[in-house]
Amino acid sequence: MIEYLDRIREQANKILKDKKVDVIIGFKKGTIPMTTEPALIRDLEKTDQLYWDSFCNINLASYLPKRNEKIGIIAKGCDSRNIVNHIVENQIKREQLYIIGVPCQGMVDQRKITSFLDGKELEEVSESDENIILKGKGFEHTVKKSDYWQDNCKSCTHRNPAIYDVLAGDLIEEDGDIDSFSDVKDIEGKSFDEKWSFFTDLVNNCIRCYACRNACPLCYCPTCFVDESDPQWVGKSTDRTDTMIFHVLRAYHCAGRCTDCGACEQACPMEIKVRLFTRKLNKDALDLYGWEAGLNTEKRPPLDTYSPDDDDKFIL
Amino acid sequence: MSDKLINKEDLPAALKNLKKENEVLVPVKENGFYGFKPLADEKTLDLHFSNTRLSPKSLLLPQSEKIFEFTINEKEEDANILKEVSKEYPPTVIVGIRPCDAKAWRLVNVNFDTPEFKDPWWIKRLKSMVFIGLGCNEPCHTCFCTSVNCGPFNQDGLDVLIYDLGEKFLLRTFTDNGEQILKRAGINGDADNDILKEADRLKIKAEKKITSNVPTENLAKKKINELFNAPFWDDLAFACINCGTCTFLCPTCWCFDIQDEVFKKQGDRIRNWDSCMFPLFTHHASGHNPRTDKVQRIRQRFMHKLKYYIDKYNNGVACVGCGRCINYCPVNIDIREAFKLMNDQAE
Repeated sequence: MIEYLDRIREQANKILKDKKVDVIIGFKKGTIPMTTEPALIRDLEKTDQLYWDSFCNINLASYLPKRNEKIGIIAKGCDSRNIVNHIVENQIKREQLYIIGVPCQGMVDQRKITSFLDGKELEEVSESDENIILKGKGFEHTVKKSDYWQDNCKSCTHRNPAIYDVLAGDLIEEDGDIDSFSDVKDIEGKSFDEKWSFFTDLVNNCIRCYACRNACPLCYCPTCFVDESDPQWVGKSTDRTDTMIFHVLRAYHCAGRCTDCGACEQACPMEIKVRLFTRKLNKDALDLYGWEAGLNTEKRPPLDTYSPDDDDKFIL
Repeated sequence: MSDKLINKEDLPAALKNLKKENEVLVPVKENGFYGFKPLADEKTLDLHFSNTRLSPKSLLLPQSEKIFEFTINEKEEDANILKEVSKEYPPTVIVGIRPCDAKAWRLVNVNFDTPEFKDPWWIKRLKSMVFIGLGCNEPCHTCFCTSVNCGPFNQDGLDVLIYDLGEKFLLRTFTDNGEQILKRAGINGDADNDILKEADRLKIKAEKKITSNVPTENLAKKKINELFNAPFWDDLAFACINCGTCTFLCPTCWCFDIQDEVFKKQGDRIRNWDSCMFPLFTHHASGHNPRTDKVQRIRQRFMHKLKYYIDKYNNGVACVGCGRCINYCPVNIDIREAFKLMNDQAE
């Protein structure tokens, strides 16, 4: 992953210099190991702040809506699919964008690394093609990246950017149709009561901080339904019904739009596997409409268009 | 006050003695992280944690708390009259709270227990609690407590502080409550001078391990308007996604909202944590919102902690350097950066 860095900086420099764009949206190196910070770069001399490694887990497409300038943006597979979404949903114009596509080799889940270290404090992290090297007081471990990928990266079938103007590296071979949705199928196999208790347990630790919602590029509504106050739609307390309404409605709002970028899960401070809600809807979109979000700027998403071929088993 | 010594393996049993008269809360690991939960008989005490994921502020200020109830049934005599919800405040001993989190309740107390206003629920809870802290032999690389009037063995806000001396625990008491509780627990081994010297060395060693620090010396004398209008806010705010992680995990964020919830004819008045990161926080009844953009909200968070609090209470910054917001911010907004920018802002 890190080998893309030179090319990202070089391209960013070039498009800023040639005035193809006014700003670059990319990542800066974080202040602590295994973190990166989304950054807006305006000045040529600051393009060397741009950074890339296996911890660029936030979806940069979130930073596009409501911007008017010409933007250069660094996009891995999922970010690019959310850029497509934004274009389809009129949140940004294609002409405004210069997309530096990054064929993604999978993002490493810092929670999994932290759990592997079991209380030992990480002081330095570096990486090679296949491995992550973890250093701290009295230890050095080399672990395989693919063993610590984010869950969504394990089932990813769109590592290459769906849309780009230039690439930061050679396109890579996609892993094919590997997303078997086995996690969703497990839940589908449960009884009604089991499902209810499964999802109740799932969100039990939720503190309603809305990090999942706010990290999601799909959540750009001017006022979210949970923030409606006149009248108020959802209770503000930790009442489990209100918490569940938030999660279920949030997920349904992402139906046919979610690219499974995993930003929601990475952002959650309580380590709730919120993707288990959206993944069911991704599976339905695929099963019912043969649809995967964010691959085509010309096609309307299934939930905002009608076709006589649409599945109607649920009505008839 | 006194200094008591106990073999490490004897502490759980001593704490169990307290369970006859008290709730005993200890750090418990669940779902991969620690939180304060009741000490279970069958479990041994697990103090191998850096800190709890959420700060223990919810023990004093629950995230959601029903404070009044009412009926809107006009046929009832007491229709539309608020009645305080009766609550139990059982004596509670909190074991293993980190010194930063103990200091935090002292900083927050200025808001809930003032000469003019007394928050009854906060005060009753506080009165019911004894805090037995655990000094940090191995502070994290994101801890910067020593530069914000705190430290790995700071005693502010604690009744007792535990020093982990390897084979034994030294327990130093600072209050009568602390004395009493150790007596009840049957912790009475005396610590000699050598032990106390060892404890002092441990404290100094731990303080030296803290490599992260923040500048604060100029914050008090800065002019509010200059900081408010400083040019750095846009840059600092860019990455922010305006979630409430920083504020909800923070031990010193105390803001709350009060809501009435009615089901059929029965109503509850509930106090919930709120967050200055949320647009609704400042949404006026008129529909006007004075903080429409995230840059205004993030500025409020840092200005409140690092400027308004100092000016209003003359009590240092409203930050204890626990590092939770640094570690769990999804986009790596680092409060240490805010300290530097605000403190070093040119006049």
